[in-house]
Amino acid sequence: MNKFIETIIEKSIILIAFSTVAVLFLIAFFIFKEGIPFLAQYGLPGFLTGSTWLPGEDKFGILPMIIGSIYVTLGALIVGVPLGVGSAIFLVEFANKRIRNIIKPAIELLAGIPSVVYGFIGIMVLAPWVRINFGGSGLSILTASIVLGIMILPTIISITMDSLTALPSVYKEGSIALGATTWQTVIMVLLPGAKSGILAGIILGMGRAIGETMAVIMITGNAIRIPTSLYDSVRTMTSNIALEMGYALGIHRSALFANAVVLFGFIMILNTIAILIINKRSK
Amino acid sequence: MMKITSRNLNVFYEDFHALINVNLDIREHAITAFIGSSGCGKTTLLRCFNRMNDLIDGAKVHGEVRLDGKNIYPDGGDLLALRRKVGMVFQRPNPFPLSIFDNCIYGPRVHGTKERKKLEVISEHALSAVLLWEELKDRLDRPALELTGEQQQRLCIARLLAVNAEVLLMDEPCSTLDPIATQKIEELLVKLKKDYTIVIVTHNMQQAARISDSTGFFLMGEMVEFGTTKKLFRSPKHKRTQDYLEGRFG
Ligand SMILES: Nc1ncnc2c1ncn2[C@@H]1O[C@H](COP(=O)(O)OP(=O)(O)OP(=O)(O)O)[C@@H](O)[C@H]1O
Ligand SMILES: [Mg+2]
Repeated sequence: MNKFIETIIEKSIILIAFSTVAVLFLIAFFIFKEGIPFLAQYGLPGFLTGSTWLPGEDKFGILPMIIGSIYVTLGALIVGVPLGVGSAIFLVEFANKRIRNIIKPAIELLAGIPSVVYGFIGIMVLAPWVRINFGGSGLSILTASIVLGIMILPTIISITMDSLTALPSVYKEGSIALGATTWQTVIMVLLPGAKSGILAGIILGMGRAIGETMAVIMITGNAIRIPTSLYDSVRTMTSNIALEMGYALGIHRSALFANAVVLFGFIMILNTIAILIINKRSK
Repeated sequence: MMKITSRNLNVFYEDFHALINVNLDIREHAITAFIGSSGCGKTTLLRCFNRMNDLIDGAKVHGEVRLDGKNIYPDGGDLLALRRKVGMVFQRPNPFPLSIFDNCIYGPRVHGTKERKKLEVISEHALSAVLLWEELKDRLDRPALELTGEQQQRLCIARLLAVNAEVLLMDEPCSTLDPIATQKIEELLVKLKKDYTIVIVTHNMQQAARISDSTGFFLMGEMVEFGTTKKLFRSPKHKRTQDYLEGRFG
């Protein structure tokens, strides 16, 4: 009887596990089913390198959006990586328990704030500041980079902290026992030792930045053109889909699905790199 | 010549009294061994000599430790200089996740030597002294973690020689090695003692008897007996030392 129950439990757990995989496949399937025929008809090169997006005239080039996504993501990394890795080093190696116990929950809270709130703060506080100090509308790559940089902090901090604390304590002791300072120990032993974990954290943060939609729609201005400065407005791939899907019909709708296929590709590549790096580390 | 002396040395972890009134004289250019059952405070004592106990929250050290006659626990003492002089080899070989070369010259580098040529000379000297140079000279840029346990432990000793350490503290340096590797490390220590002062903690009484000049026996935080190794093993003064040596507890 017991054995019977156990078999049932085991089978249902397998079922549940497979259903998540199935959902992933279903999502991919629907996107590709709508997007691939469009790409076959319109041509992938023209779609990727075209710089005009005029659905009314059947012109679908997503180059401005690809560039927009890349700029905003890179900007987020430039803001988020030094801050995130630096905070993690501080929390693991320098802060005492009391400070850590105050800051760590605060960072976790940061991860729980809805992205629309980030967007709201971006519009109300950051955009006017950028407008006054640097010109333009204030809705720009710079604004988005700062907001996204803060949004990816929790991911980068927690993964960096994990990989630093996972290092055997004898590394640190060995270095200190040779007369190195804590700071030298961090730079010369701990960071090289934790490098693959930190890299994986950065790539996951990057995935988060490239996939973020709501905050980005609110603070990038969404202009469809190839930006020439940090203070220019841009539109990302995610914003493009979210903004137009509501009213798109026919071939326009299919083009948005094709846009999603490209985005899907970007994120798959990033995640694969992250997984490869993590696996290499555990070997 | 006495290299290290301790007077009324007491160590507490929070309220736990881990070392009780240890008075000890460690001779220069000799091997001094600490033996005793698990948890009796051998590692704690070793870590007093390079002030590694300072890293532990709640550890308090009272009393006096002198290196070359100078108190190493003054207010604002130079910890970094002390740790250069008094190096430590750990129980489990702990090369850094860097290349063999970078491991070897880690100390000189953190203390400010930048010239590549100088560092190469230092690494050759240090690796030769631990008899690794011939084996490894063609693959100094390989990760140190690829080496065997014995080679790793030798490399960890070389790291100390590279900073011109004077005292080598060794906390059960052979406990993760096989008997042949252990024998090789022992031969190395005997060879090194003419230039260095070596303090070794060991669970292996034969090892203490084979290589050390003086031995201290510890029990529950107290140093029960300290003397030349020959005397301590042949004719221990205390009943408790004798019991331990005969394996009656431990
Ligand atoms: N960081 C610490 N915090 C609290 N107590 C500690 C700490 N380190 C050691 N102790 C305690 O102090 C006592 C002595 O420990 P120590 O590590 O010096 O013993 P040991 O003789 O080296 O033992 P072993 O042979 O097992 O290595 C033990 O009872 C141990 O539990
Ligand atoms: Mg010990």
